[in-house]
Amino acid sequence: MSLLEIKNVSKIYGPLKALDGVDLTVENGEWLAIMGPSGSGKSTMMNIIGCMDKPSLGEVILDGADIAKESNKKLTEIRRDKIGLIFQQFHLINYLTALENVMVSQYYHSMPDEKEAMEALSRVGLADRAKHLPSQLSGGEQQRVCIARALINHPEIVLADEPTGNLDEANENIVIDIFKQLHRQGTTLIVVTHDPEVAEVAQRTVVLEHGRLVKEIINENFEE
Amino acid sequence: MFFRMIKGALFRQKSKMILIAVTIALGASLATAMLNIMLDVGDKVNQELKAYGANITVVPKENSVLSELYSLDEKEETAAAHLKEDDLGKIKTIFWGFNIIDFTPFVNTYAKLPNGESVKLTGTWFNHHLALNTGEELDAGIHSLRSWWDVKNGRWIDEQGDSADDNSAMIGVALAEKLGVSTGDKLEVKTSKGSKALNITGVYDAGGDEDEQIFTTLKTAQELSDTTGLIDSIEVSALTTPDNELARKAATKGPGSLSPADYETWYCTAYVSSICYQIQEAIPDSVASPVRQVAESEGTILDKTQLLMILITILSLFGSALGISNLVTASVMERSNEIGLLKAIGARDYRISGIVLTEIIITAVVGGVAGYFMGYGFAQIIGQTVFGSAIEMKPMVIPVVAVLIIIVTLVGSIPAIRMLLRLRPAEVLHGR
Repeated sequence: MSLLEIKNVSKIYGPLKALDGVDLTVENGEWLAIMGPSGSGKSTMMNIIGCMDKPSLGEVILDGADIAKESNKKLTEIRRDKIGLIFQQFHLINYLTALENVMVSQYYHSMPDEKEAMEALSRVGLADRAKHLPSQLSGGEQQRVCIARALINHPEIVLADEPTGNLDEANENIVIDIFKQLHRQGTTLIVVTHDPEVAEVAQRTVVLEHGRLVKEIINENFEE
Repeated sequence: MFFRMIKGALFRQKSKMILIAVTIALGASLATAMLNIMLDVGDKVNQELKAYGANITVVPKENSVLSELYSLDEKEETAAAHLKEDDLGKIKTIFWGFNIIDFTPFVNTYAKLPNGESVKLTGTWFNHHLALNTGEELDAGIHSLRSWWDVKNGRWIDEQGDSADDNSAMIGVALAEKLGVSTGDKLEVKTSKGSKALNITGVYDAGGDEDEQIFTTLKTAQELSDTTGLIDSIEVSALTTPDNELARKAATKGPGSLSPADYETWYCTAYVSSICYQIQEAIPDSVASPVRQVAESEGTILDKTQLLMILITILSLFGSALGISNLVTASVMERSNEIGLLKAIGARDYRISGIVLTEIIITAVVGGVAGYFMGYGFAQIIGQTVFGSAIEMKPMVIPVVAVLIIIVTLVGSIPAIRMLLRLRPAEVLHGR
């Protein structure tokens, strides 16, 4: 059974159809890129897959459960237990250190474990920056803290929204390397991007335009 | 982690939290000051009203009945019965003795002057020093009970400086002008019991009938009326609680009409009627009556002043709640990304509300404590400015202010919490 099945999903805001009859399947351990221009429905898709929004029509089956029919309380539980979120704007809590930002995710999932949080920061190369506040970190470092936070609870899916949108080339490469490492470890990755260089390292790319899936590209040269 | 988040929020967002604490402190300070003044204003206003004279008069029971039955003319009759001078100290031994702030005895007689005119001569205490059996000491007399007297020339009789055998006297301004006498002159007075040459130490303007009288020491008047050890009446100035239904019932129908529980409440409350009752218990064969106009004025002024204080307290707390509400809502709006993120990573609404409320309550406690001490300062400034004395801080105000601040803070936080609960992570994190 597929990890995620999106069946004929539409999201309607008044006269606007942000998503219009989208069908998509994501297998366990797959690395999928979702591309499209601004206003194509990428963020709406990300919100629905990330259980932060519900579709107006259609089904979203995640790990066997239709999240379109779940209560807000249940969606919160699914987000907490199954999904790791990475944001373009990082969204770190500015009065907590890098280490504490990672521990916050543990706190709302189960129990905060400083040692484990420290190991997560080490995996993204930030062990020496653990006690720094977000304002004392570069954009690339903040994004890596965001990745460590997303991974700390071992989610089934990592959802990344424009993860390299605010980064320079060097930091972009670091983030892509981390994604490759995650993929090798079997993590399912869904990366929303408008950057072709980020999309072309993924296993498969789907292209959205005006809320519809218009193209699917399988990366023949994908490096396992 | 909870406390690390709280600590981080409080210490790394100092300026925002200080602003909220200052708003809470202002509300708490006004509430503290107003509540303390409200609780102390009774005593203060009472003390101010004491400048207008005694609020209780005590006369022998027999005279009281005769006076009521036949409306005796003082000028024609001398007192038929007397109270004992030795019983005076008992006034301070009653249950509400601490509330008796001044009292003075009177002996009235009529004396003939050299020109043949008959004038009222009153013997009393001026600043008599009393050392009671209880160990308490006080200076009592008309010097403070007639504080509105304007001594035109000369001075008040000083019982603690002048000799008791000086036959010192003070004369009313109208009588002094009529007789052409002034301070330092001697005035011959004669009664059926004897005569004396009074030394005039001062001329006073009382603005009433007393301007036609002579006031002398109790001992001199007793000698002139042959009533040594006896007195005609007593004026008492007492701190009282404004009358309520219970006090009115006791005053009109008598304490016997009260149930045992009501009687106990009435007896142990400083109503003017219960103080009168206790004076009657202490001084045999006496009748103590309130000077109604003074007692009622006290009650009315106190009620109105306390109502004013309560309204100011409510308004200040309402203003504080609005301020807190605005600041906390602004704070939640500013932190919408953070709150959206917490929701996105799986935090339930009650846990986020718990963090925000804990931060605000800790800030409220800090602001409340600071506000209490600020309020202490405000109360003293108001006390010194308005009453010329310090306001006593009542311990019961602390829990009242604490509860009020917690309520105001929680009520003020309701709009922010509602907003927080409505926040959807998708809206704040992805702008949709």
